[in-house]
Amino acid sequence: MSEKVAMARHNYDVVVIGAGGAGLRAAVEARSAGLRVAIICKSLFGKAHTVMAEGGVAASMGNVNENDGWKVHFRDTMRGGKFLNHYRMAELHAKESPDRVWELELWGALFDRTKEGKISQRNFGGHEYPRLAHVGDRTGLELIRTMQQKIVAMQQADKKEFGDAESYLKVFAEVTITDILKENGKVAGVYGYRREDGAELLFEAGAVILATGGVGKTFKITSNSWEGTGDGHALALKAGGNLVDMEFLQFHPTGMVWPPSVRGILVTESVRGEGGVLTNNLGERFMFKYIPDVFKDKYADNEAEADRWYTDQDNNRRPPELLPRDEVARAINSEVKAGRGSPHGGVYLDVSKRLSAEVIKKRLPSMWHQFYELAGVDITKEAMEVGPTCHYVMGGVEVEPDTAAAVGAPGLFAAGEVAGGMHGSNRLGGNSLSDLLVFGRRAGVGASEYVKHNQPVKVSELTIKLASEKIAAPFKRTGGENPYTLHQELQEITHNLVGIIRTKSELADAISKIEDIRNRIENVSVAGDRLFNPGFHLSFDLDNMLLVAESTAKSAIVREESRGGHTRDDFPKMNPKWRTLNNIASFNGKEVVVKQQPLPVMPKKLFELFEVNELEKYLTSDELAKGGR
Amino acid sequence: MSKKLTLKIWRGNASQGGLKEVEVEANEGEVVLDVIHRVQATQMGDLAVRWNCKAGKCGSCSMEINGKPRLACMTQVASFADGEAITVTPLRAFPVIKDLATDVSFNYKKAMEVESFTPPADLKPGEARMAQVDVERSQEFRKCIECFLCQDTCHVIRDHEENKKSFAGPRFFIRIAELDMHPLDILKNRKKKAQAEHGLGMCNITKCCTEVCPEHIRITDNAIIPLKERVVDEKYDPIRWLGSKIQKREGII
Repeated sequence: MSEKVAMARHNYDVVVIGAGGAGLRAAVEARSAGLRVAIICKSLFGKAHTVMAEGGVAASMGNVNENDGWKVHFRDTMRGGKFLNHYRMAELHAKESPDRVWELELWGALFDRTKEGKISQRNFGGHEYPRLAHVGDRTGLELIRTMQQKIVAMQQADKKEFGDAESYLKVFAEVTITDILKENGKVAGVYGYRREDGAELLFEAGAVILATGGVGKTFKITSNSWEGTGDGHALALKAGGNLVDMEFLQFHPTGMVWPPSVRGILVTESVRGEGGVLTNNLGERFMFKYIPDVFKDKYADNEAEADRWYTDQDNNRRPPELLPRDEVARAINSEVKAGRGSPHGGVYLDVSKRLSAEVIKKRLPSMWHQFYELAGVDITKEAMEVGPTCHYVMGGVEVEPDTAAAVGAPGLFAAGEVAGGMHGSNRLGGNSLSDLLVFGRRAGVGASEYVKHNQPVKVSELTIKLASEKIAAPFKRTGGENPYTLHQELQEITHNLVGIIRTKSELADAISKIEDIRNRIENVSVAGDRLFNPGFHLSFDLDNMLLVAESTAKSAIVREESRGGHTRDDFPKMNPKWRTLNNIASFNGKEVVVKQQPLPVMPKKLFELFEVNELEKYLTSDELAKGGR
Repeated sequence: MSKKLTLKIWRGNASQGGLKEVEVEANEGEVVLDVIHRVQATQMGDLAVRWNCKAGKCGSCSMEINGKPRLACMTQVASFADGEAITVTPLRAFPVIKDLATDVSFNYKKAMEVESFTPPADLKPGEARMAQVDVERSQEFRKCIECFLCQDTCHVIRDHEENKKSFAGPRFFIRIAELDMHPLDILKNRKKKAQAEHGLGMCNITKCCTEVCPEHIRITDNAIIPLKERVVDEKYDPIRWLGSKIQKREGII
């Protein structure tokens, strides 16, 4: 390997890392503010994990049920997150998501329609009214393509005005960022390499927006694509930022379980929203047994009422298949453990008895396609086998809600799945696409304002040298460990010891095993050269996934309760004391350290949106007496 | 239930390369991408292959499998006969970067040449009203996952580098059709431009693109032929020609 590697220098006002929904929405906003913006994506443009979002985008437009509004959406979101959400993020999200959806229409998005010609909205778990704007079951693709085409439209306008389409807004596809560069405590740019040829890139920039998505590839069974390696989480930690509540991972209740090669691939919640029911191997519709006390007044406890709800939602409670995702995932897990599972370790999900073949193919086209082509199952005639799959991380970079600015790292911003706080301990389906639109835009505004009020900082030659040496390192070692093997070992550890049900002893075991891999990664060596070399690429992703796994395990071991996407076998109940605390993970250069921080207190005007008898289920008597601040 | 499989993988770069034969395990239900990943993890750590979702939704793992443009994540190993070798090669219409990864930047350049969606200037957010039946025509084309298999198979450019300059390819004919049929788009002349600027006339509707589309978009029947018919109507029918001049718009008859 030649020692001399090309390095290209770029200079932008704002660099956005990630070209999924949040990153593209942020870039549109920063460019609209008159700034020069670079968008960096690990894959080709338009392939980000957002394309896999199926069900829809939650926004209380009230097109199907006019009783809906931001206050109802806010309440549902807080309930779904078991009141651990940052109230301000949930408030902004509920208020702004309708505008974010409507603006997509002006950029060319074509949502499914109601009879009156408005945007149609569908039912989803945890949402009181039909609220999800959708395009069949490929809503994420519609979002990403709409914003991709909006970026192109802005570039065409720039070409007309300045003669160069990429003068103000440029996409750098297939680039991995390995470092956020700081000088004098402030963000000064980012450093990375082109995946195609390994050439190094320096971006000097006044502000950096992380929009890197999730961490699913840290786990063995996941619905995430290869890109979900927690890059932004790790970059933020190393840049002095914090990760909030990393113990909360959403295991989506319905992933495919058979054949093995598709294990984990998502089966959209819309299947249940459209009337699909879950049964065990006794043919029992088991969800009625798993309605927790806090939801008893909203969910039907018998089949007759649940079935009536599909035609009369005003006079019946919802079917329990539409409980929030954490409840359904735990229920499936319990059924399988009790020996009532399907042949391949899942349960049955059947929509064929409720809807005609024609309607299924129209409303759930990609589900039909996916099962027919990959599993040989015709979902218009037979049941699917499904089980939990690691889907989403609620934890993430600690941010200021209004600006998306990362706490502890001036000049750094984060939006979308990489940011934490919005969803509390559990995210409702549909709230992810709206989250990335609302906070993608806010991060764009936040970064633009920051750039306008702060002088850019020059990156020093020493900083560049260190960043460059790090990229060269895996080639300088020989005979070290194979990154693919280490990745598989890490996935086994997280799956077995930090999975859907956790205990203290297993978490302690995980922490020590993760440390062991951390030591061994120092020796990773890669075959071949820098030309499009996936082994080389994985060696950097692996480093990020290890930091994520360590943050998750260390946060999980201290939270001695079960709430949302964190279930402790040794502490099976919610503990109101823990509801008042966030776990804050930071990195001291050697290891992740977790401390507790009080959750911001809800102001009175939001507090008063809830019935006292609901709040009693979650809050301490002290908090109830105060009634917000 | 695993079996041994012979996989021939094209390995090389822009200047040289050839097929390398490997033996690899394949388990029940696996797709070609699974087997390629096993080779990558155990025998060829630096084997270049693009992929993302592994569920047929992102269009990244496009390659040619036994000579046919396909998504590796949606091609079952069991669809090949026992003992039959599986040969995987990079997309032929695009320059090789390395192994199975090609330079598809041609498509992004063409995307930049299609005039963007243009709604009425006074349309306010939330005010649009469209019937489901009217959005469905464009929705079919918006299912496109940009795998570029249609571009790869199209004989106008597959072995004719010289045509690339003046031919946008099926992916962008459906993009133009999508905008042309979009209930809110007000830009005129999209069909004429498809002919004049994007090379629609070079397509002689052999339907190869429709055949390889993993989303089963009826590219030829629903996009290309309607675009061509209306262009022909206007070009050769004097009354329609006159009508289009008087009304200064097309496609209204």
